[in-house]
Amino acid sequence: MEPIIKIEHLNKEFKMKDTDVHALQDVSLDIYKGDIYGIIGMSGAGKSTLVRCLNFLERPTGGKVTVNGKDLSALSETDLRKARKDIGMIFQHFNLLMQRSVIDNVCFPMEIAGMNRREARKKAMEYLKIVDLEEKAKAYPAQLSGGQKQRVAIARVLASDPKILLCDEATSALDPQTTKSILQLLKQINREFGITIVVITHEMAVVQEICSHVAIIDQGNLVEHGTVEEIFLAPKSREAKRLIYQGYEKVAEMKGKRCVRIAFSENSSFEPVIGNMVLAFKAPVNILYANTRDLDGVAKGEMVLQLPEDEELAKKMVAFLKNERLAVEELESYVS
Amino acid sequence: MLADLLSNYMLTGKEIKMVLDGIRGTLWMTLASAFFGYILGLPMGILLTVTGQDGIKPNAFLYKIFDVLSNIFRSIPFLILLILVQPFTRFLLGKSYGATATIVPLTIAAAPYIARMVESSLKEVDHGVIEAAQSMGANHIQIVWKVLLMEARTSLIVNATIATNTILGYSAMAGACGGGGLGDIAIRYGYQRWQPHILLVTVILLIILAQMIQMIGMFIARMVDRRRVK
Repeated sequence: MEPIIKIEHLNKEFKMKDTDVHALQDVSLDIYKGDIYGIIGMSGAGKSTLVRCLNFLERPTGGKVTVNGKDLSALSETDLRKARKDIGMIFQHFNLLMQRSVIDNVCFPMEIAGMNRREARKKAMEYLKIVDLEEKAKAYPAQLSGGQKQRVAIARVLASDPKILLCDEATSALDPQTTKSILQLLKQINREFGITIVVITHEMAVVQEICSHVAIIDQGNLVEHGTVEEIFLAPKSREAKRLIYQGYEKVAEMKGKRCVRIAFSENSSFEPVIGNMVLAFKAPVNILYANTRDLDGVAKGEMVLQLPEDEELAKKMVAFLKNERLAVEELESYVS
Repeated sequence: MLADLLSNYMLTGKEIKMVLDGIRGTLWMTLASAFFGYILGLPMGILLTVTGQDGIKPNAFLYKIFDVLSNIFRSIPFLILLILVQPFTRFLLGKSYGATATIVPLTIAAAPYIARMVESSLKEVDHGVIEAAQSMGANHIQIVWKVLLMEARTSLIVNATIATNTILGYSAMAGACGGGGLGDIAIRYGYQRWQPHILLVTVILLIILAQMIQMIGMFIARMVDRRRVK
């Protein structure tokens, strides 16, 4: 199957007064139809630049972006505008037209496509129904909360009937509760309309909540990518580890000796693995951290254990855990 | 009513008629010049915004042309400009004095000033909103009409009010060269013939006109603004 978005050796350089900034360096990535692809990185990593290269709001300085089988750099300005109608985008600050009512905002893309006003308004009401904001049709954006504004933006993006939806930090300005409901809405859109979604974020929680795949960007480089499960169970790069360990980095004791992080996949999460291990070795372990994360609808457990002082015993325990097909990783090496 | 009020200032019937004509002349020059000023200045301001460095279609060459043009005309003192364009005014209208003739130099003086104000209003529009429209496939004309002008409308009207009042002030200055309107009366009767009561009346009337323009402008600006929570 051909990917719906194919990024090949993408480069973006910004010419500044004194220096050139390499915002993206040789990034290649395939995104397939129906994916919810997370692109995660610290601020300034280049992820917003990357997503802007997917609809050519930002023109790359090198490489190739193929969307829906069309090489964007080969398109004339008119054809590029046409291609953009298939690539919707929502933003951190919503970017609604403040002087237009909610319904007129939703009508905007249909209006610029030349649809007649009555038909556009009728359709706009349907889209507002999907985002659950029909009763606010006549309100103005200034009267809405952040979550409601993002819902209007989503209705507006649906109005152009896109095949792809780019989300640039779409939940970063929202509180956790609202973030959750917006993410659910995105998931629903992905399912019901078959829209491929690219999610730019700096929060691992967002990726865990909805993404099927994830790519990690650091200083303009793509450092790791794969399914969310792969990355979560066995992060390889330093940046991936840093993002996944975000939650318990702060506890000082965990940076002590013989700490291991174990991650449970579905088949092993029902067995009392730790209990069995303690019984088998007749030695206690210290549970420093435990959590269950919802990864794309599947519960995944993780734990940080401190193993006994005895090196031999600790080694045996690691072997035992590995034998149980758990992802085990020694945290000693990771003290940042 | 206004006539009664004016007679209290010991104005004769003839003087009252003259002052009323002056009001008409001043309003006519001011509003007509503002109108023609916008006909020239609005497209120029849009071009400055669109071709500017952060515009939707940057074009350093075009921008420079309009930039320099607007700066040249704004740096010529109005009284000098008035005299400079007299041949042109005579060519257009057959005479170079009176309220109607003054519309020509007023428009020429106001247009570049208006262009700058339009540019600054349009630049206030959040870049993200423009980006959103671009991401939906809007073309440049749609962005100018449906995004820039619509989103900036409050600021545009506020600035139009300021521009109109500035033109009102200039129109009075044109009185120095027989420009017609209240300024003309103030200079000829109040200054040259030393009739201070006429000077006083015209000044008060100019202040009232300026206040009215300001109030109407602000009222319209508030009326069309949807950004406030009601």
